[in-house]
Amino acid sequence: MRSLTRTLVFAMAAAMLLPLASLAEVPFPDIPKGKGDQCVAPTDVIRQTHMDLLVHKRDQTMHLGIRTKQYSLRECLNCHVQAKPDGTYPDIDSKEHFCNACHSYAAVKIDCFQCHVARPDDPK
Amino acid sequence: MAKTKVKYLAVEGLPKGYLLLLGVLGLSTLIGVLSAHHMETEGHIITGMNNQIVWGLPHVFAVFLIVAASGALNIASISSVFKRPIYKPLARLSGVVAIALLVGGVMVLVLDLGRPDRLLVTITHVNPKSIFTWNIVLYSGFIGVVVVYLWMMMERKMNAYSRPVGIAAFIWRLVLTTGTGSIFGFLVARQGYDAAIYAPMFIVMSFAYGLAVFILILFAAYKATNRELGDKVVQRLAALLGIFSTGALFFVAVYHLTNLYATEHHGWDAFVLLGRNGGGVYATVFWLVQVILGSLVPIALVFSGLAHQSRKLLGLAAALVILGGFGQMYVTIIGGQAYPLVLFPGSEITSSFFDGVAGSYSPSIWEFLLGLGGFSLALAIVAFAVKILPFLPESLADSVVDPHHSD
Amino acid sequence: MSSNNDSKRSRRTFLKGTAAVATGLALAPGVRLLGVAQAKADDEAVTGAVRWGLLIDTAKCSDCDVCVEACHAENGVKDQGDPETTPQWIRKLMAKDKMTGHVVTLPMMCQHCEHPPCVDVCPTGASFRRADGIVLVDRHICIGCRYCMMACPYKARSFEHVDVTDQAPHAPRGKGTVESCTMCVHRVDKGREPACVEACNSTGQGAMVFGDLKDSTSSISMALAEHGGKQIRADLGLNTGVRYRGI
Repeated sequence: MRSLTRTLVFAMAAAMLLPLASLAEVPFPDIPKGKGDQCVAPTDVIRQTHMDLLVHKRDQTMHLGIRTKQYSLRECLNCHVQAKPDGTYPDIDSKEHFCNACHSYAAVKIDCFQCHVARPDDPK
Repeated sequence: MAKTKVKYLAVEGLPKGYLLLLGVLGLSTLIGVLSAHHMETEGHIITGMNNQIVWGLPHVFAVFLIVAASGALNIASISSVFKRPIYKPLARLSGVVAIALLVGGVMVLVLDLGRPDRLLVTITHVNPKSIFTWNIVLYSGFIGVVVVYLWMMMERKMNAYSRPVGIAAFIWRLVLTTGTGSIFGFLVARQGYDAAIYAPMFIVMSFAYGLAVFILILFAAYKATNRELGDKVVQRLAALLGIFSTGALFFVAVYHLTNLYATEHHGWDAFVLLGRNGGGVYATVFWLVQVILGSLVPIALVFSGLAHQSRKLLGLAAALVILGGFGQMYVTIIGGQAYPLVLFPGSEITSSFFDGVAGSYSPSIWEFLLGLGGFSLALAIVAFAVKILPFLPESLADSVVDPHHSD
Repeated sequence: MSSNNDSKRSRRTFLKGTAAVATGLALAPGVRLLGVAQAKADDEAVTGAVRWGLLIDTAKCSDCDVCVEACHAENGVKDQGDPETTPQWIRKLMAKDKMTGHVVTLPMMCQHCEHPPCVDVCPTGASFRRADGIVLVDRHICIGCRYCMMACPYKARSFEHVDVTDQAPHAPRGKGTVESCTMCVHRVDKGREPACVEACNSTGQGAMVFGDLKDSTSSISMALAEHGGKQIRADLGLNTGVRYRGI
């Protein structure tokens, strides 16, 4: 009985450590470079609050028809999603896509691209 | 007041049959959930639903279960609100069945959503004018009210409050079924809906459907546990089933008579009663399943006295009422949508979007399994509840339920 | 501040406006008039001072579907194979009077009601009416219950039954949510006409007029004042933004 308990405790400890071990093996993502020199806000602000900025902007555009460029999802994509050498744009499921590069690393599901197309606007 | 104490006992032991039952119901619930997951992954393309018939079999199951849930509480209401002591021993089970059916129905409704992952949005974003919003409040509140009601009934110190809480639960359930009926009653655009009678009609239907489910569960529980179920109780329930079914049929008749009088509604009634213009399925289900099998046969079984004499026949009558209930929901929900919108009265309309023709719908296995999963969840909750808590009286023998009874 | 100053400014604004309209007329007669005169600034919120509407002359509308094709091309609505589940934002409808045999053909889409039943029934407020009268689905909060589709008298809405890919950048659409005609809100906000109207007037029959129903000098208001324009299912009292002549 005691040995069984011990085995269980070990198994649980191992199970708890497993995610840490796997985390160590995942390299920090290679975030694709965007267009231009600077983002619409400092990087650490964007990293921490981009979701809130996007949601705020989303509601303004959707309900009030405000179509300014700052914090617009379309504009994020226009700068940050750049064509590959073959002229095509990276798929949202690939790690070459700006959004997915980080999101797959952080294991956070994005609920944007089931509806929004993940490439930049069509050239005018 | 009755002096004989009714003893309630949780189901004892873990017989193989019980485990098997719980296993089968649990498996069926799991299959339902997996089917819903499949629907969410692949999209509703794998269901029979389309842009003409936007609500399908899941809604037939869900609305039936929710309507039956409010009706199942009736037994408790008759005892607490209308002070009929013979129903008192059944009140606890009545509350449990009510909660279980509601949970099953809501599960189906929620899992059929296009985006069930966004269920929490219904709490963060609320449109107070939507009947759906009212129903979200009514359904969650119903569970709360009935839980408190059960507590008042089961905790001796709280017994004194069981009547006021019982009255609150009774009012709540009437409002709830009004809300469910009004989902259809308030739809101004469709010929089959847009009628205030939907609310009271759904209430009377709930009496019948809820009681029918309750009777079958009661029979199954007493047979499985070898407890005594006396004729007194059973015959009361049989009489009630006859009255409620007749009431429901009366409302259906008035609804259609109103339509038959108004020329505007002749098209819809020809569709659903005579099967004209592609309404064949709905007319068949209406007459055969809803009216004959689901109403006339059980009513005849009760009022001929046959259902009073034979439990098998009462069980049959109850099963037929449930079948009729599903038929009614199918005709109301699917048929009501299949009848084309009238955009230009007096004109025949055609388009590439199925204007002017009956919508077609053939349910897929996934929808059916989801609906069945909800039903199974409801039954599993009942089976589990009577096992862990004293909901079922140890005996419902005539001498227990009626102290003045003499053998 | 003196009222003199104010009146001066308003006169100047008025003159500027007139000049702009005149330029608009000179640059691109007809079609661009609306664009130059009424485009709102990008940072400006829409208001109830305007109400966008459409007037469709069924006498001009014939057996042609350039409006449908233009709409679906503009908004990336593609055939998904199954006609019963493929969305249609706009469709051509033919109505034949049972007694007289008189046939009317017209485009049918969201009627942008003042009192939309779809907005009433939506539990989350995803179905909403913008201040300028355009009825939209906020797909960020749409849970896919399809109650709006049950409530709409015009069958204007479609549910996405499959995964959608390669959407138009300005028209996001996705599986499990409901969608419908947006009156090309992305164009309207930039001072342009809806794609259907533009197509009807350039390559179609010239049967559609778009404009501000609250501006008595707009071409749509003047046409409505002169010839009238009926609502489909006027009995429901929804005060639709889309009106028809000849029905």
